Amino acid sequence: MTVQINRVDGGRVDRGQRIGFTFDGVRYEGHPGDTLASALMANGVRLLGRSFKYHRPRGVLAFGSEEPNALVELRRGGRQEPNTRATVAELFDGLEARSQNRFPTLRHDLLSVNDLFSRFLTAGFYYKTFMWPRAFWERVYEPMIRRAAGLGSVSLEDDPDAYDKGFLHCDLLVIGAGPAGLMAALTAARAGVRVILADEDFEPGGRLLAETHVIGDQPGADWAGQVLDELAALDNVRLMPRSTVIGAFDHGVYGAVERVADHLPAPASGTPRQIFWRIYAQRAVLCAGATERPIAFANNDRPGVMLGGAVRAYANRMAAVPDRRVAVFTNNDDGHRTAADLIAKGIEVPCVIDTRADAPAVAGTDLFAGAQVIGTRGRLGLRAMTLRLADGSTRQIDCGALAVSGGWNPNVQLTCHQRGRPQWDDAIAAFVPGDTLPAGLRVAGAAAGRMSTHGALESGAGAARAALADLGHATVAPDLPRAEDAPVRLQPFWHVRGARGRAWLDFQNDVTVKDVTLAHQENYVSVEHLKRYTTLGMATDQGKTSNLGGLAVMAELTGKSIPETGTTIFRPPYTPVSFGALAGRSVGRAFHPVRETPSHTWATEQGAVFTEVGDWLRAQWFARPGETHWRQTVDREVLQTRRSVGVCDVTTLGKIDVQGADAAAFLNRIYANGFAKLPVGRVRYGLMLREDGIAYDDGTAARLAEDHFVVTTTTANAVLVFRRMEFARQCLWPDLDVQLVSTTESWAQFAVAGPKSRALLEKIVDDVDLSNDAFPFMACAEVTVCGGCRARLFRISFSGELAYEIAVPTRYGDAMIRALMQAGEEFDVVPYGTEALGVMRIEKGHAAGNELNGTTTALNLGLGRMVSKKKDCIGNTLSERDGLNAPDALRLVGLKPLDPGDPVAAGAHLMAEAGPVDAGHDQGYVTSAAYSPVLQTPIGLAYLKDGAARMGEVMRLVNPLEGTEVRVTVVSPHFVDPDGGRQRA
Amino acid sequence: MIIHHPLLGPRDAQEFVYLGDASLIDRPDWQAEDAAGAFHDYLYLRDNPAGLHRELWFHEQGDRSWLVVTRDTTTHEITSVELARDVARARGRSR
Repeated sequence: MTVQINRVDGGRVDRGQRIGFTFDGVRYEGHPGDTLASALMANGVRLLGRSFKYHRPRGVLAFGSEEPNALVELRRGGRQEPNTRATVAELFDGLEARSQNRFPTLRHDLLSVNDLFSRFLTAGFYYKTFMWPRAFWERVYEPMIRRAAGLGSVSLEDDPDAYDKGFLHCDLLVIGAGPAGLMAALTAARAGVRVILADEDFEPGGRLLAETHVIGDQPGADWAGQVLDELAALDNVRLMPRSTVIGAFDHGVYGAVERVADHLPAPASGTPRQIFWRIYAQRAVLCAGATERPIAFANNDRPGVMLGGAVRAYANRMAAVPDRRVAVFTNNDDGHRTAADLIAKGIEVPCVIDTRADAPAVAGTDLFAGAQVIGTRGRLGLRAMTLRLADGSTRQIDCGALAVSGGWNPNVQLTCHQRGRPQWDDAIAAFVPGDTLPAGLRVAGAAAGRMSTHGALESGAGAARAALADLGHATVAPDLPRAEDAPVRLQPFWHVRGARGRAWLDFQNDVTVKDVTLAHQENYVSVEHLKRYTTLGMATDQGKTSNLGGLAVMAELTGKSIPETGTTIFRPPYTPVSFGALAGRSVGRAFHPVRETPSHTWATEQGAVFTEVGDWLRAQWFARPGETHWRQTVDREVLQTRRSVGVCDVTTLGKIDVQGADAAAFLNRIYANGFAKLPVGRVRYGLMLREDGIAYDDGTAARLAEDHFVVTTTTANAVLVFRRMEFARQCLWPDLDVQLVSTTESWAQFAVAGPKSRALLEKIVDDVDLSNDAFPFMACAEVTVCGGCRARLFRISFSGELAYEIAVPTRYGDAMIRALMQAGEEFDVVPYGTEALGVMRIEKGHAAGNELNGTTTALNLGLGRMVSKKKDCIGNTLSERDGLNAPDALRLVGLKPLDPGDPVAAGAHLMAEAGPVDAGHDQGYVTSAAYSPVLQTPIGLAYLKDGAARMGEVMRLVNPLEGTEVRVTVVSPHFVDPDGGRQRA
Repeated sequence: MIIHHPLLGPRDAQEFVYLGDASLIDRPDWQAEDAAGAFHDYLYLRDNPAGLHRELWFHEQGDRSWLVVTRDTTTHEITSVELARDVARARGRSR
């Protein structure tokens, strides 16, 4: 059993239970109710880490989430978490914590040598030092800086825990459960509205738990417990401890992180570690309290130098003190409270050093009025300090801890998340919320500058009543219990002048008064420049304890007031948020949805290799036993389809059902080519342009009835085309009688291609004459298959073969593929995947996404004549611009290498047979390339300047990336069956 | 942000897809004298006001209505939400 040498009487920890934990491998004990920081303090551990830049020994500074120093690494394996503030880490049995930024040990750290070179590591150090030589930027400086930067380390293992996102709605969100928040929540809860009370601490109550104040006739903490009991009993109230509201977003939306299981070794089964809540609040009251600020003096960063209010909170709430002998350094009456509370706990307070010449006396200790601390001693923690008394003499005093109070800053952060600027309040020498708050937000208590308990209770009730009045709810003014109402008595004092040694402002980023002075000398005087040049306030604590001190020093140097100097903008999040909480469930396979085609199960059974197309998984090819290379498989699929018949799932193409009396007129305006006269029972290829005249998407439109079309889109553009068609329908031509429904997922669709496709389908389709006369190329019909199953049949061809596409309701897709394969057995039918599909469309010279690449026009595609000049349609007016119609415009051509052993690479560029190879002589580029098993040579589709007139020309195809140069012949893009005889057969 | 859909009430902005300036409703007449110039201005010229802005939002994860939302770009305050179809009709696009 270890002895908790700095544990005192009282407090809210449960002494009945002991909790074991380790820090840097040493085992200690604490109690439920402890944080890691308080438990280490009780055990006499003051040194918790090394600072970021100078590797100075550091201990705990603060009590709550504002802590800049005590960052530690928790847990192991997948749950390892760096840079966790020991002040907010709840103790649990078996907690493993380690210090950071030290090597080899915390007590003996090699990089503390940086501290000796501190005069070279001042503000702007990176900008000045790592400038030259330029060649060192990437190879030397960056790796060096990266190795030195950062504090903790991340585990590269997967986080085993789940994180969730959730949504909450309420009439009143109360942020913070101190006296103001409790009173606001109570007032609103009694009025019967939906209330959420969110508090960052594991035990709500705020400073009432940390002070010795009395409310009414009971201790403040007891009053808080009583209010919480009443709130917990009401079903219109949701209490959310361990929940930090991290941002105020537009229209009353607040983000909150609930640490559901951070205080447990592992989350209980079925529960997440953290939940990121999106809270929709009609009104909100910010009761976030205030944060104490330090005073800067020489070597004020030694472990043992702490904020006064924090020392008081550890003593009163956690029954832990940093040392048995604690001095106080203050510029205001609040520091005297710390002294009084410590004395009441039996702690020796050798003196109170008050910068005010007229400071009031403190019972039980010496007062040095008008005095300052000018230095400290102690290698790994405070041992003694030096004072400069009012008369100029100095005195040395031994102490193991120093409680410093420079005044309190209202926590105005959330009031600034909608660009609101805080205002300066001379009475408390701090910024308070300004006039422009996020809509629906009010501020109460210390966050509003009401620093007394009475002020908090009164303003909390008032804010809740005003918020509810906005919403039309009557409220009853609660009886305000009697509470302390001491005025703030403070003389602004920011840093001790005329002493040797560096005085720290920003502990986490190691920014000193000297750095701010240097920034001023180099004219980085605006607060935004000051922040970036010195990194003041840019650490993970966002300068909660340091910003104002830095501003005050700069204000002194420029001779301006602090409000004239201004503040930087506070942005969400209020405290650091783990990536896990932001990601929620969207990790791994759940990062984006997977869409499976109707034939997916069947294709898996066939051993298909799948590829991702958008969110879809499509069969890429179907390898057979003995095939050792994908090309072997794909060549077989192509040849067998062209020889007999093949089947391919084409469900992923977008499908849009277009119905209404004006359906044809509507499509006529959507497509560049004409659709008004398409007969019922016929399909037409359609090309859509963007309004700027560039080709957008292509597909087919089948007219099933006078007022009914089925449109297909490319897989990638299915959603976008539908969105655009709705735009045209609602915004451009609002009175056309036409309705649109996306039916992409309603129909399973299969391409059946090859000379035997008709024979195969005759076995499937019920009682329909599929002869060429009765059902010619580009015919379509609603039919039944397999003895009555509803289906649609289209005679369209992407492969160039005699081909059909057959669609059945999605739920029959699996049965359909099996029926097709069974019916095709006698023809040696093959399933083919996206790879063979691509090869066949390149052989046929059909454009796809590679050709419709966002820079090309119908003219480039060789489809210029399709664009109707006789009607209004999206894109036709601007497609006539000169720049898009130059005489030597790119045209789609085919390419074949002179030597079939040479590759054709997509992306390679065409150059004349002789002459320079450079961008100025570029003639065009390859968009698609494949090996054609039919022609037994690589082939490609390319855009070539004036390409239609250059058939037969021999050119050089250059690929500078891979250093190849191949001679190719320009040919028609229709490599296979150029006159289309097969598809019409 | 929350958009008060005229038919469906308050909806989170995440349900919507943003397009841009509501002037995209005012598609020029293709047969006008200077149709090319008018289309050029329609497509490429936009105001970028600091203040009230009328813009098109599509309720893609909802009822697929296009809406014209009047939003203050400096505060994100939304002062009116209309069905784009009604706006289009009011601007003479019925045909």
